[in-house]
Amino acid sequence: MRFGKAGRVVTAVAALGVSALALSACTGDIAANEDVDCTEYEEYGTFDGAEVTIGGTILDLEADRLVESWSDFAQCTGINIEYQGSSEFEAQIAVLAEGGNAPDIGIVPQPGLLARLAEGGWLIPASAEVEANVDEWWSEDWKQYGTYDGTFYAAPLMASIKGYVWYSPAQFEENGWEIPQTLDELTALTEEIAATGQKPWCVGLESGDATGWPATDWIEDWVLRLHGPEVYDQWVTHEIPFNDPRIVEAFDAVGAYIKNEDYVNGGIGDVSTLVTEAFQTAGLPILDGECSLHHQASFYETFWNAEGGDEVVVASDGDVFGFLTPPATAGDPLSVTGGGEFPVAFRDAEEVETVRAFLSSDTWANNRVSLGGVISANKGVDPENASSELLVQSIEILQDPETTFRFDGSDLMPGAVGADSFWRGVVAWVTGQSTQETVDAIESSWPAS
Amino acid sequence: MTTADLLGKILQVVMGLAVFAAIVGLLVFFIDRAPKKGRDYWQLVGFLAPAIILLAIGLIWPAIRTTGLAFLDNSGNFSWDNFIWMFTQPAAIRTLINTVVWVLLVPTLATALGLAYAVFIDKSRGERYYKALVFMPMAISFVGAGIIWRFVYEYRAGEREQIGLLNAIVTGLGGEPVQWLQTDPLNTFLLIVVMIWIQTGFAMVVLSAAIKGIPAEQIEAAQLDGTNPWQRFTNVTVPGIRGSLVVVLTTISIATLKVFDIVRTMTAGNFNTSVVANEMYTQAFRASEVGRGSALAVILFLLVLPIVIYNVNVLRKQREIR
Repeated sequence: MRFGKAGRVVTAVAALGVSALALSACTGDIAANEDVDCTEYEEYGTFDGAEVTIGGTILDLEADRLVESWSDFAQCTGINIEYQGSSEFEAQIAVLAEGGNAPDIGIVPQPGLLARLAEGGWLIPASAEVEANVDEWWSEDWKQYGTYDGTFYAAPLMASIKGYVWYSPAQFEENGWEIPQTLDELTALTEEIAATGQKPWCVGLESGDATGWPATDWIEDWVLRLHGPEVYDQWVTHEIPFNDPRIVEAFDAVGAYIKNEDYVNGGIGDVSTLVTEAFQTAGLPILDGECSLHHQASFYETFWNAEGGDEVVVASDGDVFGFLTPPATAGDPLSVTGGGEFPVAFRDAEEVETVRAFLSSDTWANNRVSLGGVISANKGVDPENASSELLVQSIEILQDPETTFRFDGSDLMPGAVGADSFWRGVVAWVTGQSTQETVDAIESSWPAS
Repeated sequence: MTTADLLGKILQVVMGLAVFAAIVGLLVFFIDRAPKKGRDYWQLVGFLAPAIILLAIGLIWPAIRTTGLAFLDNSGNFSWDNFIWMFTQPAAIRTLINTVVWVLLVPTLATALGLAYAVFIDKSRGERYYKALVFMPMAISFVGAGIIWRFVYEYRAGEREQIGLLNAIVTGLGGEPVQWLQTDPLNTFLLIVVMIWIQTGFAMVVLSAAIKGIPAEQIEAAQLDGTNPWQRFTNVTVPGIRGSLVVVLTTISIATLKVFDIVRTMTAGNFNTSVVANEMYTQAFRASEVGRGSALAVILFLLVLPIVIYNVNVLRKQREIR
């Protein structure tokens, strides 16, 4: 194409206009809501033109809900909150922090990462208000996850419970299967289903560059149930080596399910398909009756209706529901593993701490839980606000003082193990490597300091 | 972000560019008006300084710092641990071996294929269409190529419908589907195929241009001497394009040493397919082991260095001949 001088100017202007139009289409201008009740937010005061940027791994629908959960607060206090989600956030945040370009608040999903950022000296300790909120609304355990070296850095945000076993209530009733109360009963149930000629479990470990993490959740659940919270804590803090015989026992107990040709992979293929099946779709064969059990966290609820909508009913009398991986022996106290996020601050400013104080309050937790899909361990959350029966149950479990809660072990371990060698180790393990070889390799990757 | 914010930012960018242009213009203006005595010197400084300063900030200083970090453990003490880890851990050793396999196979195969293609289509009818066909993959980003080929290798177990091209062919012929990307060591070679697919076009274009640069008289003379096509190829064509061959080989070698996107998008280094550049990123950013990542970066640098030196030497020698 050839343009005269005038033609070139016209094209440039036209191109600019088109791109401006295209860009404005996706910036999402939000109109101010007229009728917001600001009484709840009066205690936070008002700020003029203050801006707080937040970064995190939360994306898409979840990110929209997050922004919605604080929109009233932002409007009433005059703080302009800017959220930017990125799937590379975890990898980039330390680099950004070192370069002085970190967002004001970073929502980190791993206590291990929080510890690393604190160690680098980039984090601002939490203000007295945040700490007071945590003391009031969270258990001591949860506060500990936001603490590094005796300094309290961040309150927890949301939570999830791991170790749910998803199943079809209708299929269970039809076959007269009972929900297992002990690990032995779970084995018995598995055998019973396998005896019908159908593979009982469906498992998927594929998750891009994080492939393998669903299997680490299995191991963590079994370590906690077989050996109790003390051994679990020693394991994640490396007081006992990774290749301790008790950890080997947990591996083998899990291997008895997921490395068994007769037990996996229902509706998908043989054992080798564990590593090729995406974790998002792995549980779906339950709907076709091709498998009966699927081990995955409470957030898997979202994936039953991947396209949105409510075709698949998640309820105790619906199409699918979940029971918690049972304790080792009947009557043991309820032990669960789970995850959560921590909003850490990189900028020392009043408006940043005000936002953090709000995020640690029961008001925010109720706001967010009401929007659906997530739970919080905040004791001020009314379980009835949760969007489903399963989430109501999950909140009650988290709030029950009798529950032994332990944070996802791989998130507590140093990154070299928790986000690398443990994931890769279990991938090699399910594709044939022996347990001893696997735990030895993971142990030797544990960083010295 | 609101539209107003966005327009503000665009305006900022435009302003920034304008200021930059003004400064450069001013600089050039003053250099041009430099005192007659030592004007050459001023011009030299004026034109080289910006590049040297940027190089120092963007390349030299980071290189020094990375080398320093490679000798520190996580708590900041001097240690050899990162290098010991690299040469003792089975996973890390495998990464190094894979990189060597990549560097041996990709440049040689891509160059050989590119050369053969260039020779065969030389002076044929529709040459430029044939060229475009092979050159096209060069226009695709490595990540894009990785995603495309991931679909080619996609696996669905047993009775389920195959969406991967390769497995569709295998099952269509009555075979069992294969887990291409999970089978070690086959998977490394399948990833290498992707890189060759991308780089062959580059080799072909450069070598084809070089072949056309061989004087017709030389070929004619060889023909009159009664050589067959193969003899003409080995004795006239190849020596004639030697310089280009070296450039192509070394360029692809360096690109191969740095390969990251393909491995990351296709297997993320799982199933024993990791290479140094991918491992460097994984260790430094995901595993938070900056020292290990830096040590891998240093090794990568040392591996690239001889190739660059060789390349510079050959080019210098050629200049002397001319």
